[in-house]
Amino acid sequence: MEIIINGRTVEFSADPRTSLLDLLRDHLGLPGTKKGCNQGACGACTVLADGERINACLALAVQYQGYAITTVEGLGREDGLHPLQRAFIEHDGFQCGYCTPGQLCSAVAMAGEVARGLPSFVTEDLSADAMPLDHDELRERMSGNLCRCGAYNGIADAIVATFGNDVA
Amino acid sequence: MRPVTYARASSVPDAIRLAETTSGARYLGGGTNLVDLMRETVEQPEALVDVTALSTDIEATRGGGLVIGAAAKNTALAGNRTVRERYPVLARAVLAGGSAQIRNMATVGGNILQRTRCTYFYDDAARCNKRVPGAGCDAIDGFNRMHAILGGSSACVATHPSDMCVALVALDAIVHTDGPAGSRSMPLADLHRLPGKRPDIETELTPSELITAVELPPLPFAARSTYRKVRDRASYAFALVSVAAALDVTDGTVRDVRLALGGVAPKPWRAWKAEEALRGQPATGASFDAAAGAELADAAGLRDNGFKIELARRTITAVLAGLAGEQA
Repeated sequence: MEIIINGRTVEFSADPRTSLLDLLRDHLGLPGTKKGCNQGACGACTVLADGERINACLALAVQYQGYAITTVEGLGREDGLHPLQRAFIEHDGFQCGYCTPGQLCSAVAMAGEVARGLPSFVTEDLSADAMPLDHDELRERMSGNLCRCGAYNGIADAIVATFGNDVA
Repeated sequence: MRPVTYARASSVPDAIRLAETTSGARYLGGGTNLVDLMRETVEQPEALVDVTALSTDIEATRGGGLVIGAAAKNTALAGNRTVRERYPVLARAVLAGGSAQIRNMATVGGNILQRTRCTYFYDDAARCNKRVPGAGCDAIDGFNRMHAILGGSSACVATHPSDMCVALVALDAIVHTDGPAGSRSMPLADLHRLPGKRPDIETELTPSELITAVELPPLPFAARSTYRKVRDRASYAFALVSVAAALDVTDGTVRDVRLALGGVAPKPWRAWKAEEALRGQPATGASFDAAAGAELADAAGLRDNGFKIELARRTITAVLAGLAGEQA
């Protein structure tokens, strides 16, 4: 089986029950993606599959053969952080850091969803082509990522600072 | 650990053949529920037949309705232009369910067939008639704040967790299936069973029968429809009570209405009695309240969930009043 991880094609063989999360962390040596609840409730394991955010804990690796997966390791490098990573530092978007890789991947995909006009539950006019990334929209759209330190205000500030102009 | 095989179906006949010829096979969609249930050992399939390669199309029908492929992702359904404009109740219900990550994974077919989130169903140290037929039910006298006030039985009071299905059942959705005995169609309202004495049998589907598509008949007044969800936090939580409604008011009179409830019953609950009570009545708060009362006359609370009866009454009334106000 083949899967593309952060631009590199990787061969793997695994029990069909192996989650994409366990494949990344235990088989491929990429521990940046975190295991929080392991049941789709916390979002710490969020990665991008062909650019769309998913919970790697609920994804069976075999179902993602041929997909291009992006993890936090592929988002930026130590010597070249993603603009959102720099904004998280600037705006205190984390304390313990455990939810951060998931928050980063989730927010990057979220900005794409807003840019292409995908509504959210709080979007008033469902027929609108574009919607602002205002206070309520941002919080609704990021509700699949929990932060037990409660760094939400910093996380929201970092996301607005990075994507606010593009999506407003 | 028992072995599990995996195969990706290339077509509907291929999927049915794989399921029929492999013992202990289960169809696999996005996996957001089945993978979790397997990890908890509630589900123990011997073979997974991946049906995510089947139709994801969302297409208008000649008669003005819509056909939705069972493998369409929840995100694609909520983002679809026709759904947003002609069936806003459906877009909003889908967007009320799960998180963005879950909606990107979950399919329409899987959403329909997802299983209850009753904590006793998940807990293998608890008694559950749905998990182990005849074992008993620890929810009925246990922590049952999330449980059913309508349609439950002495064997099971678990609720169906879907938001999407509540909108679909309000919109008279038809489920298309295919299986070893051929293809057939049935109203979604008839797909899920009430628990009775056999809560382990949740739908009318026969072994290896596969949901291939969901069809929405044309319903022009559904352009004015909405979904309201009451839950313990503002986002990403299952419903305590939810209401899907479409209302057609002409000259102050309710000409037609579609109403369904979530979070209160073992299946997506079409509020037939309330609809019947409302047609031809003045579009006033008093009528809406009377209709809600008619639907909830048979509702019964357990130890922790009696509040849902009044909550459902108020939510129904508020949603209908909101829709009526829009048309004033």
